[in-house]
Order: sequence, then structure tokens, then C-alpha cells
Amino acid sequence: MSINSLGLYNYWIYGFVLVIGLYAVLVKGNYVKRMIGLSIFQGAAFLLYITMDKIEGGTGPIFVTPPQPGDLFANPLPQVLILTAIVVGIAVTALGLAITIRIKEEYGTIEESEIREVDRQA
Amino acid sequence: MSLVHHLPILVVLVPMFVAPLLAAVPSRGHLPWLIASLTSLMTFALAIGLTGQVLAHGTVTYELGGWPVPFGIGLAVSPLSALMLLVITGASLMALLWGPASMTSEVGHQHQSLLYASWLLALCGLSGIAVTGDAFNIFVFMEISSLASYVMVAAGPKRQALTATFKYLITGTVGATFYLIGVGYLYMMTGTLNVADMAVRLADVSSTMPVLIASGFILVGLALKAALFPMHAWMPNAYRFAPTPVAIFFAACSTKVALFVLIRFDFLILMPHLPGHADMLIGLLMPLSVAAMLVGSTVAIFERDLKRMLGYSSVAQIGYIVLAFSLLSTAGLTAAIVHIFNHGLIKGALFMAVGTLVLRTGTSRLDDLPGIGKTMPLTTLAFCLAGVSLIGVPLTAGFISKWYLISAVLEHGSLGLVLLGAILLSSLMAVVYIWKVVEVAYFRDPPAESGGGTPLGRREAPLGMMIVLWIVVGANFWFGLDTRLPLGLANMEAPLLMGGQR
Repeated sequence: MSINSLGLYNYWIYGFVLVIGLYAVLVKGNYVKRMIGLSIFQGAAFLLYITMDKIEGGTGPIFVTPPQPGDLFANPLPQVLILTAIVVGIAVTALGLAITIRIKEEYGTIEESEIREVDRQA
Repeated sequence: MSLVHHLPILVVLVPMFVAPLLAAVPSRGHLPWLIASLTSLMTFALAIGLTGQVLAHGTVTYELGGWPVPFGIGLAVSPLSALMLLVITGASLMALLWGPASMTSEVGHQHQSLLYASWLLALCGLSGIAVTGDAFNIFVFMEISSLASYVMVAAGPKRQALTATFKYLITGTVGATFYLIGVGYLYMMTGTLNVADMAVRLADVSSTMPVLIASGFILVGLALKAALFPMHAWMPNAYRFAPTPVAIFFAACSTKVALFVLIRFDFLILMPHLPGHADMLIGLLMPLSVAAMLVGSTVAIFERDLKRMLGYSSVAQIGYIVLAFSLLSTAGLTAAIVHIFNHGLIKGALFMAVGTLVLRTGTSRLDDLPGIGKTMPLTTLAFCLAGVSLIGVPLTAGFISKWYLISAVLEHGSLGLVLLGAILLSSLMAVVYIWKVVEVAYFRDPPAESGGGTPLGRREAPLGMMIVLWIVVGANFWFGLDTRLPLGLANMEAPLLMGGQR
């Protein structure tokens, strides 16, 4: 059990990071902190994909000569997928922060409780 | 290959390529709107052509770049995909045709070309989800459409649009990432991303823990995207503060696209290979959908803002669709598919009518609209007729939905009777909240001209707007009488989906 648990080290980290990110997204009232949480949360998903493509003893999937049978190398497909997902994540972060800036301009604050107060008074 | 064979990819490519060009067009006059409308018209025509092919030959497949599936990305236009495409492209076209005056009054001219470019990207993303047969592709298209929708909602005239967008962005991203993680687990177990191939290969690893975890992540992620109760909190405000044409477009189709993906994953991939999945769907989705129907309708009764009221009404209507497919029967799936189509018509018409009131009065608060039935009779009548369709009175599209939903529910014995009670109760509540509007609109006097009320030029909306509004209202009655199109597609699709169960 203990060896098996250690062998799944990356998956433990993935679960841990996922929950930390989700916690920040759900609990924090500051919009920038929530964006940070969102990025951490997405990072966990990236880690999951990167972990699953790794084969024990395998190299990077880069070959100068054609690979021989028996050569072990990591599966390149999840890496490509996650490259796409990272780009998507950057776009989301950029847009989220841009909206946060606009909120700061309009409300003068990025704390959820204060924004609610401003809306109530208006 | 002639052009006809490329229809599935053209639906996605046309708006995708026009969008960046449109962003470069100067934002003056009606040029950006004209380009967006023509592009949308073209995709609508492509969707009609594609539906014709599907009706004639069944599911249309397409191999992107000529790479054979499952190595390359395959597109698969099933009857349900074709129906989704019709709803998406139709909603986009109608909202655009209805919207130029409303858009200009709410957003101004300054950034219109960028806004319409985002519109086309959202159209591209939503259509992409409908046609693609690749699980990761669905994620990418989902994010394309979501990012574009955040931009459009944030363009709303009030500053609350920004906070509504932020909430929408957080929820949407969490939902999409959950979906991504779920697909990751499925890929881990099957080594494929093609939806059809995944369904075959899961047979070898059925009832393993990762598949179970995947089903949970996918269900929660898509339920967030679909605004299924209790994950609907982002939706009413996003619809209220978005520019009205955007709200029409999204109310008619965007949450249903997530349900479409959920239906495909549940019925084609998970149901045959995950023991207990059927029980989970019944045990989890059915109570949630009933709660959505009752809570959504109750909140709508007490809501004083028309757009938010329609948003909560959508929460209830999503409940109907989810209830229908959680029955896990051919009749239930048929009802769900028919209601996806009909609800697009109903909510589109209702939002258009409210938007027309907003254009002339500047408010969507019910208390500011006394006697509106006398000053804007045609618009108010359109709202009431669409409301009649929402309630489900015979001769309307809404009645067809309710009819199939109730006949599907009654197949389930005593449980069916309980569900029937919930449906009837929710429909009665719809009568209440539509009547609430009727009462204010017809039985209260308009404010005196000199009084402290809203001194706004109250007259009927421009002719173009009225024509589009009445076309959509008319469609509610047309599809209440002639049900061949949605029912034909639903009857083709439901056995395909249920076939996966055996």
C-alpha cells in the first residue's frame, strides 16, 4: 500500500493542488485572489495530463533516428493537448484580470463584500 | 469531393474566418452588423443543408484533413447535432436581425466591430461543439464560445455587467476544467479521444474507478455549464446585464449545448460500460431537475425584473429537459430533444419581446412598466403569446414539449404520477409569473405624462424589430402545429442514444 501510494505521488499532488485552487476560487472575496485560485486549479488539470503520459524509464518523445521496437518514450499526445489547454488558460486569466481592472475602475474596489455594498447603496 | 461534403466543417470555419476580418472593420454605421448578419445567415443556410443530409442519410461523418478516425479528428453530425445546429445558428441569426437598434442604444457604436467579432466566435464555438466527434475538441470549442461570451456579457450597459461576467467566467472555467479532467481520466483508460471510439474501447475497462471518477467530473462540469440547479447562480444575472441581443442568443441556445454534450457522454459512452450509472443518473439528476423546476418557477414568481424572471424561468426549463432524459427511455429522450428545440423558440421570443420593451422604456423592471399593454400593444401581445407557449397551451410549441414530456413520465407508474404533479405545479407557476406581467401591462394605468414616472418616448418599436419578433412568435405556433422537423430528428436520435444501453 505504502509503495503504491508513493508511486502515485504525482496524483496526490494533483489532487492537493486541485483542492487548494478550488478552495481559493470558492472562498476568497478578493477578485485577484480568485483568479490566482483559478490558475492553480487549472494547473492541477495540466498536471494530471502530464502525469498520465509518463512511462517509467521512458525518454522524451524526440528521436533523431526512427524509434526501434522496445524504445520507451512518453506519450506526446497529452502534452500537445495540454499545450492547447495552457493557451486557453492564459486567455481566461488575461480576460479575467482585464475584467477585474474594469471592476476596479467602476467600483473602486475588487473586494466582493465592498462591491456588494456599493451596489446596494446605488 | 464537392462542396456539399464539406458542410460539417464549413459551419465552423465560416464564422471562424470572418471573425478576425470583422474585428478589423471600422466600427462606424451598420457595416459590422451587416457582415455578422450575413455570416450568420450563411451558417444558418449551411445548417439547413446539413439537416437535409441528416434527414436523408442519417448521421453525417467527416474526417478532418482526410486523416482516418480515430487517428485524426472526426466530425459526426447526428440528428441531435443537426437540431442543435439549427437552434444555434437560427438563434444567432434572429437575434442579430432583431438587434441592431438595441445594440446601438445599449453599447454605442464605439466597439461594435469587436463585439460582433466575438459574436461570430461564440457562434463558431457553439456550432463546433455540436458537430465535433472528439472529446478534447469539445473542450476547446467550449472555451472559444465561453471566452467570446464573457466579452459580450461584459459589454452590457450597466456596471453590474462586469461583476456578473466575473461570476460567469469563474463558474464557466471551473465547469470546463472539470470536464477537461473527466476527459483526461477517460483518455487515461482508453487511449482515445474520439467519442465513438471511446464508447467501444471502454468495454475493456468498464466499471473501473477512473471511469467512475470521470463520470462525476464530466457530470458536474457540464451541469455547471448548463446552469442546472443548484449550479445556476451565474445565469440570471449574466442574462440580465448582457446587451439584450446577446441575452437572446444565449438564452435560446448556450446552456442547451452543455446538456447536448452531457446527453452524448451519458448515453453513448458511460451508460453501457459503467454499472450503476443509470441509477446514478436517476438518483441524482431526477431530484435535481424536479428541484430546478419548482425552485426556478418559484423565484420567477417573486422576481420583479423581467430579464431575471426569464433567467429563473430558464432554470426551470432546463429542469424539464434534464427530467426528460433522466427517465432513461426513448420517449424521455424524444421529449428532451423536442424541448431543447422548442424552448429555444420560446425563450428567444420572450427575451425579444422584453428587449423591445427595454429599447423603448429603458427599463426591464416590471414596476416601471404599468400600462405598457396600452402604449406598446403589439410588443406586449407578442410577450403574452410567447408566454402562452411557455405555459404549454395547445396549438403552441410549448404544448408539444409538455405533451411528450408527460407521456414519457406516465410510463413510470406511481413515480410518474409524482413527477406529473411536479410538472403541472411548475406549469401553474409559469401561469402565475406570466399573468403577473399581464396584470401590470394591461390592468394598471400608464403613468400620467406630467407625473414623476418614467418620461420616456413610449411608442411601438421600429418595424424591422417587430417583424423579427413576430416571426419568432409565429414560429412558436407553426411548430405547435407542424412538428415534423424537431420530432423527426428526435425520433431518429433517441433510438441511437438508447442503442448504446444494450
